[in-house]
Formats: sequence, structure tokens, C-alpha cells
Amino acid sequence: MIRYFSSNFSHLILLIGIFIMIIPVWLIFASSTHTALIINTQGLQFFLGDKFLENYTKVLLYEGGFFKEITALKMFLNSFLMATGVAFLSVISSLMTAYVLVYFRVKYATLLFWIIFITILVPLELRIFPTYSVMSTLNLVNSYWGLIIPISASAIATLFFRQFYKTIPDELLESAKLDGANTWRFFIDFLVPLSKTMIVAMFIFMFVFGYNQYLWPILVTSSEQYWTVVMGLKMMSGSIVNKFAFVIMSMIPPVLIIIVLQKYFIKGIFQDK
Amino acid sequence: MKKVQFKSNYSQYFFLAPQLGILLIFLYWPIIQTFRDAFTMQDAFGFGRQFVWFDNFLFIFDDPAYFIAFKFTIIYSFVITLVTGAIGLLLAVNANNVMHGKSAYKTLLIWPYAIAPAVVGVMANYFFSERFGLLYHLFNDLWGFNWYESVFDSYIYLIIAGSWKQISANFIFFLAGLQAIQKSVIEASIIDCKSSFRRFWTITFPLLMPTTFFLIIINITYAFFDTFGIIDTTTIGAPSGETRTLVYKAYMDGFRGLDLGSAGAQSIMMMLIVLVITIFQFRYIEGKIHYN
Repeated sequence: MIRYFSSNFSHLILLIGIFIMIIPVWLIFASSTHTALIINTQGLQFFLGDKFLENYTKVLLYEGGFFKEITALKMFLNSFLMATGVAFLSVISSLMTAYVLVYFRVKYATLLFWIIFITILVPLELRIFPTYSVMSTLNLVNSYWGLIIPISASAIATLFFRQFYKTIPDELLESAKLDGANTWRFFIDFLVPLSKTMIVAMFIFMFVFGYNQYLWPILVTSSEQYWTVVMGLKMMSGSIVNKFAFVIMSMIPPVLIIIVLQKYFIKGIFQDK
Repeated sequence: MKKVQFKSNYSQYFFLAPQLGILLIFLYWPIIQTFRDAFTMQDAFGFGRQFVWFDNFLFIFDDPAYFIAFKFTIIYSFVITLVTGAIGLLLAVNANNVMHGKSAYKTLLIWPYAIAPAVVGVMANYFFSERFGLLYHLFNDLWGFNWYESVFDSYIYLIIAGSWKQISANFIFFLAGLQAIQKSVIEASIIDCKSSFRRFWTITFPLLMPTTFFLIIINITYAFFDTFGIIDTTTIGAPSGETRTLVYKAYMDGFRGLDLGSAGAQSIMMMLIVLVITIFQFRYIEGKIHYN
């Protein structure tokens, strides 16, 4: 171990960092367990109150939204469907595209590469209205497919799979060919099992990406039935403590996934063995 | 590329179909429409379309609000990159320096990465509300902070809200960069240079250059695009449109003003800016840095 300075100093800096990360969330959480009256008269609370169950069940189960047509529970279901859909679709399509880019002798390989990677320069925010008009032409407004498909072509995930395939030794394909594996067999029996860590990492990455979408769900859902959690936050009516509770609940799914699957996520992104 | 490959065969079309299909229908088709919007103008009733060359672009250059948004976007992305990069690096160096608890620190510092910008914005809202916002009252006592009226104060508000979660991303990448530096290099540097402070800036930091430039691009993209959710849940551009990014302004003009020509022209300007930054990165920066 090589040190630049004393490790006590390092612990102090890190604890300050953790404090800055945790304290805002803690204050909102602690405040969400009080009554609205206390918040309105005394401000944010540091210590827990006794209204935890009451406030959280109220948010989850009672009618919410602008027209009172949706509960937070339904919004969580929508967000979960959207995030899972985006993650599945983008991981599978990227896995297959990267396969062709690396393992096939394609005539227009360079052109194909640029057709895919130039799209990094054009995020959804830059083509939001035309994308919406395409969606309404295809009758996909107010549907789960409408929420999922337009953000499911991830050049970044493709790039990661491509980099990963490139590190696989050539001998793998040589020996697979000797065994008589065709393009399907090689993909399913060799490549996919080898990419397991990367698949998990990209799944997490795209799940969080899908769950955290804000602008696209606002635009593509006029019916409250399809509202997601992140966009619902701003639209939510109700008392201040219910809003606090909703904010806390809204961050639990992605944060939990990152914490629990952290090892795979970091392993995949940085490709360390 | 690989030396051993499959010959071009029909299965490749199957493997390419999902991604290319989505890209063509939901990306290239809208991009073509963006260009059409940018170079045409719709008549008042939305029946006809007229080709107007660069009129939409000339309009946005005539609009003082466009330059205000431009100025804010540049300042905002510069400050966010600097603040989150510096704090992320500080935390990473220290996390790399401790013997015990490294993985616990890592876990406790990376989770804010997963929180949606819009959720961060809603939270920041509570800390900057006039009624019970802790930071609002702290800053108000210090220098009369009032983001509803002062441009500087609204910048401070958005910089704090925008930096908070992005520190985590910078921390993860810097830590990985530090851990990739070979021990022997550091060991050799200890013999040559006794001052740990100088050793860091002359040996370690130059070796982190690839990570640093990668993060600059990540942070700029974040400040350009992802901060939409933060602005829309905090200042909404207040005071008087001073805190709108280019992306936020383009959206507002298209959505509220229904001016798709202007929104299209602004989108194309934004694509050009991103393109220039990307080329700049590949051309000038990638050539000048050390890879270990």
C-alpha cells in the first residue's frame, strides 16, 4: 500500500463526502414520518416521527395524479415495466449487433459502425417532437411500447459489448468452428455465456436509464394510466409529507439495484477480472 | 478486428434487425423530420409548409434569449465539470489511500448515481424553498440569497442541485483509474520524489488523463441534456429565463410556443455543438495524453 498522506485524514474526507450524500435524503426521509403541520410550522425534521406507516400507505394506495386516476403503486408498476422493457430490448439488440460487428466479415462494416455510433450525438432530447410525431403516426402514444421502444437502441451498450468481444481470444471461434458450430450455435453456446458479467452490467445500466426517464414519459403519455414514478413526482398533488414519502420511495428501486449488484456493475463497466 | 470471422451470411441480417430497425424508425426518421422542420416554416393553420432556407436559424440568432441560454449552458457545464470532477477526484484519491473499509466507502458514495435528475430536482426544491428550505435560509442569512430574483443565486441553486449526484459518477471512474495505475510506477516515483503532493500532480495525475478526459465528456453531456429534469423541477428558468439550458429552451419553444421550426433549428445547432466537442476530443486531446 502506498500512501500519499495519513489515512486518518482520508477517513475524515470520506466521511464528510458520505455525510453530504446521505444527509439530504435522511432529512427528507425523517420529515416524511411526521405530520404536515409539523413540517409547515417547524421545517424539515432530523429525528423520526410516528407517521411512517400512515403517510406511506396513503401515498401508495390512495388515488393520486392530477385527475385522481392513478395510485403510486400503479406508477411503480409502470416504471418497472418501462425500465425492464428498455433493459431487455437494448441488451438483446446490442448483444446481437456487436456480434455482427466483431465476428462477421461484413462488406460495409465501417458504414454500419458509423450508422450506429453517430447516434450517440443525437440524444432523445434533440429530436423529441419529431419522435413524438412518429409515435403518433404509428399509434404508439399512451402505450407501454411507446414508453419503451424509442429509448431502447443504445449505442453505448453496443460499444461496451463490442469492446468486450474484442478481448475474447481468436482461438475460441477457431475451436468452435472445428466443432462445427454455426453462427447461431457460437452465439448462444459460447458468446452469451461468456458475456454474463457484461450482460448484467448493461442490464443495470439500462434499467436505471429507463427508470429515470423524465421528459419522454411526460410527452408520450397524456393518459394518467401510463404515468411513471419519476414524471409523476412533479404532478403529484397532496400534502407535503406525502410528497416527501413519494420522493423517498421513488429512489429506492434504482438505488437498491446499484447497491446490491454493484460488484457486477463495476466489473462489467471497467472490465477488470 | 478479429482475424478469424464468419463469412458474410444471411443470419447477420437477423442479428442486426432489432437495433437497426429501432434506429431507422425511431431515430433516423425523426432526425430527417428535424431537418425538415428546421428548413421549412408552417403556415398559421398548419396546412402548408414552405422551404425557407436558413430563416429559422437567423431568427434564433436574432433572439437575445438564445444567447442567454447559450451563456448559461456554457457556464453551467463548465462549473459542473469542474466541481464534480474536483470533488470526485478528492474522494477517489482518499478512498484509494485507506487500508480498511474501502468497499464500504465505495458503496456509500456511489448510490446517488442511480437517482433520477428529476428526483434530485424535487429534493433540491425542498432545500431551497422560501418556506422551510435549510439552504435557502442559510444563504439568505449569509448574503441575502434569493434565487427568485438574483441570477447569481439561481446559478448557485442549480449548481448545487446539478453537482450532487454527478459527484458519484466522477468518483467511480477516478477510483477505477487510480486502481489501474501500476504499483511499480508509484513505487519508483517515491524514490525520486519525496513530496507526496508533488508526486501526485507530476506522476499520478498525468496517468489519470484518459479518465479525466472521458469524464469531461460525460460531465458536459450530463450538463447539456440530463439537467433538463433538474431545471424543470427547480427554477423552471427563473429568474426571467436566465437559467434555461439550450435543450430546455428548445423544448419550451417547441412545446409551449409550438414553434417547431425554431425548435428544429435549435436542435441542429445543438447537434453541431456536440459534434464539435467530440471532434475536438478525438483530434486534440486524445493525441496529447499518456496511456498506461
